[in-house]
Amino acid sequence: MSNATALHHTVAAEAGSQEFLVFSLGDEEYAIDILKVQEIRGYDNVTRIANAPDFIKGVANLRGVIVPIVDLRIKFRLAEANYDEQTVVIVVNIAERVVGIVVDRVSDVMTLTAEQRKPAPEFGLSLPLDYIHGLGNLDDRMLVLVDIEKLLTSEEMALVEEAGE
Amino acid sequence: MDITDFYDTFFEEADELLAEMETHLLDLDVDQPDQERLNAIFRAAHSIKGGAGTFGFEALQRTTHLLENLLDHARRGELQLRRDIVDTFLEAKDMLNDQLDAYRQGGEPDPEALERICETLRRLALEEIGDSADVDVSGATAPGASVAAPDPAPQAATPSPAGGRFQVALLGVADKDRNLLIEELGQLGDVEDQEGDVAEYRVTLNSSLSADDIEAVMCFIVEPEQLSIQALGAPDQGAAGQADEKNDGQADSAVEEKSAGQEQGAGAPEAAADAKAPAAQKKTTQSQAAGESTSIRVPVSKVDQIINLVGELIITQSMLNQVAEDSDTVKDGALVTGLNLLQRTARDLQEAVMSVRMVPMDYVFSRFPRLVRDLAGKLGKDVELVTEGKSTELDKGLTERIIDPLTHLVRNSLDHGIETPDRREAAGKPRTGRLTLSAQHQGGNILIEVADDGGGLNRERILAKARSNGLAVSDTMGDDEVWQLIFAPGFSTAETVSDVSGRGVGMDVVKRNIQAMGGHVEILSQPGQGTTTRIVLPLTLAILDGMSIRVGREMFILPVSAVIESLQPRTDDLYSLAGGDTLLKVREDYLPVVAVHHAMDVAGAITDPTRAIAVIVQGEGRRYAVLVDDLVGQQQVVVKNLETNYRKVPGVSAATILGDGSVALILDVTDLHRLAQSKKDNRIFGTRSPLAEEVEPS
Repeated sequence: MSNATALHHTVAAEAGSQEFLVFSLGDEEYAIDILKVQEIRGYDNVTRIANAPDFIKGVANLRGVIVPIVDLRIKFRLAEANYDEQTVVIVVNIAERVVGIVVDRVSDVMTLTAEQRKPAPEFGLSLPLDYIHGLGNLDDRMLVLVDIEKLLTSEEMALVEEAGE
Repeated sequence: MDITDFYDTFFEEADELLAEMETHLLDLDVDQPDQERLNAIFRAAHSIKGGAGTFGFEALQRTTHLLENLLDHARRGELQLRRDIVDTFLEAKDMLNDQLDAYRQGGEPDPEALERICETLRRLALEEIGDSADVDVSGATAPGASVAAPDPAPQAATPSPAGGRFQVALLGVADKDRNLLIEELGQLGDVEDQEGDVAEYRVTLNSSLSADDIEAVMCFIVEPEQLSIQALGAPDQGAAGQADEKNDGQADSAVEEKSAGQEQGAGAPEAAADAKAPAAQKKTTQSQAAGESTSIRVPVSKVDQIINLVGELIITQSMLNQVAEDSDTVKDGALVTGLNLLQRTARDLQEAVMSVRMVPMDYVFSRFPRLVRDLAGKLGKDVELVTEGKSTELDKGLTERIIDPLTHLVRNSLDHGIETPDRREAAGKPRTGRLTLSAQHQGGNILIEVADDGGGLNRERILAKARSNGLAVSDTMGDDEVWQLIFAPGFSTAETVSDVSGRGVGMDVVKRNIQAMGGHVEILSQPGQGTTTRIVLPLTLAILDGMSIRVGREMFILPVSAVIESLQPRTDDLYSLAGGDTLLKVREDYLPVVAVHHAMDVAGAITDPTRAIAVIVQGEGRRYAVLVDDLVGQQQVVVKNLETNYRKVPGVSAATILGDGSVALILDVTDLHRLAQSKKDNRIFGTRSPLAEEVEPS
């Protein structure tokens, strides 16, 4: 069993492929490293935090852990942020923190090979290049590969206390 | 497994042993020392020495060895104790603390300090035991010097024939070690005869030392069970009760392991009294060993994790209960019974887990006898320390944080409170002052008091000092308010600054520290009768007595400890000021009003103060009214840190999880006022924050 896993890893590493969780915000498709994802859950029972930026929806109870919930749709000004039974929160582990991100839909887990991953163009994306690993090319679909750790710990997200504060 | 893995355990144990040693030293009556106490002190030194030897902490080993020797003589009554000797022991104990700290930080202790303390102890041994007739000087000093110290220690190796002959048997000692041991024995006396093999090697030794001393030296090199010492030419006093597994396969051995007292033989005059001591020691050691197996050391983080999980369990359980009550279809008796059982068990479990974090106040109080003794000596005062309620339990996290403020208060009482013996006598009080430390539970709080029977606070001097510091005071102020003045920063009425206290840094820090723990301080003082400082603290930081309040559709928690009262404001009592401020008249006071919906941007809240409820709260000495829509109830809530995954939120100290699984924010009474204030400032200076405007009542 462990041999098989090791073998699988070797094969994956040789091909330079990596697994991504694919989700959509409005019409665009994004992907994040699956290893950062802790779980996926529905959007409910979020307690609003006063005096916080609008994309921080508040905090939620994740089995006793208080987790901030960020709506990437508002942050990226992509789509109308509706909250219904389909609204999904991806709980990610970044920089020893647990953060929930609200997305429209989680579509897939995909393995992208090195050939399928392209560098991002200089413009034309809603996200600054700093937070993007590259683009994923899957037949006729284009996935934006987000560096979720960098994005969420950025000053702009106001999730992490700035040094010296 | 690396030996360094055990370092932490050793350090912790050594810390405890040193603390124990100090307690016993302080309680020791020098004229009539309690034998059990002396034994306990000796044992502590002995245990530390053993550990230090195992881990190769040479300086520690050397110091404890010298100390142990002196203590050994003391417990046998060969060293007449005096106060200054006990002082030296205490000093040595402090040195051991320093050495431990140095090793803990991966360094080596200061060699100069080491030499100094070793020299002090050696000199003490020379002077005190050298005078006593029946013990040779080398008995006290040689082992330490010859084994651990390469320095030229007095090596008065002229063994007196009175010591006696011993048969020392080495059991299972390798050849190379054996030679070393025999060489060592040669330093302790005359090796007359030696024979045997690895399994058992017998050495006949003629030495002035006691079997105990020989064993102590040997134990640096071999384990105690590898050693057997028997006095020769002394009548065998019987080996009853001696567990001796070594006898198996050693039928020819005449050697039996004995307790030191019995080996001493009839030749020693103190043998009779002595035989009791080691026996008692053995017994205690055994009970200690048994005690160890029934307790474990666990990192606090693990306990906290369990507390978290139990909190979750309780929330899940109340959700289940809710579901069962709401659902009509499931009215299964077994389910209801099961749920009730679950509820009870879950509550019990929570209580049990919380109790794990609790430690008795003795943990805090035990460090004060020493402080009081030292300080009183320094200040030339006679002070008796009384502690009450040592077994009162408090959260471990809080006990650690209460030590500094308490130390400060005790120092203050000794320095400023309790008068010098002459002055006390003149005032018609006993020459010895009394300082009382007490702790007791009161509801969900713990009440800790530092009380002295000194001169009390001087109202006039405090007022004068406050005026010169530019504080707004009046002569008509009540006593309580005057006493509170000493908590102002930079406040000290001491005529001279001593190195004990009086620099005016402190009381404000004391107050801040205690407030940071969710508690508060009160002072009661009577001129000529003394001063009592009372600290009221919540029992734990993990659970908070909360008052749930509703604002709009949101729930918040106010710490009950901050709430004074709540009332429905009447129109007549509300006064509007320019800039939108409102004051609420409560009896004689005008209190600023902070609306939660304004500070926390809650939509849909009641904006008319006369329809809302005003909760009067106190934070950092400031009282104000908090406007809320409704009071929902009072409950204990589990405090959850917001900063673990998020960041500090203005006006909020932490969060908790309500019965329905949702998160509620716990309001920080001090910060809430500040937040409301900063929002107002924005308005006055025209830099309206868009957030603030949204929620303004139109």
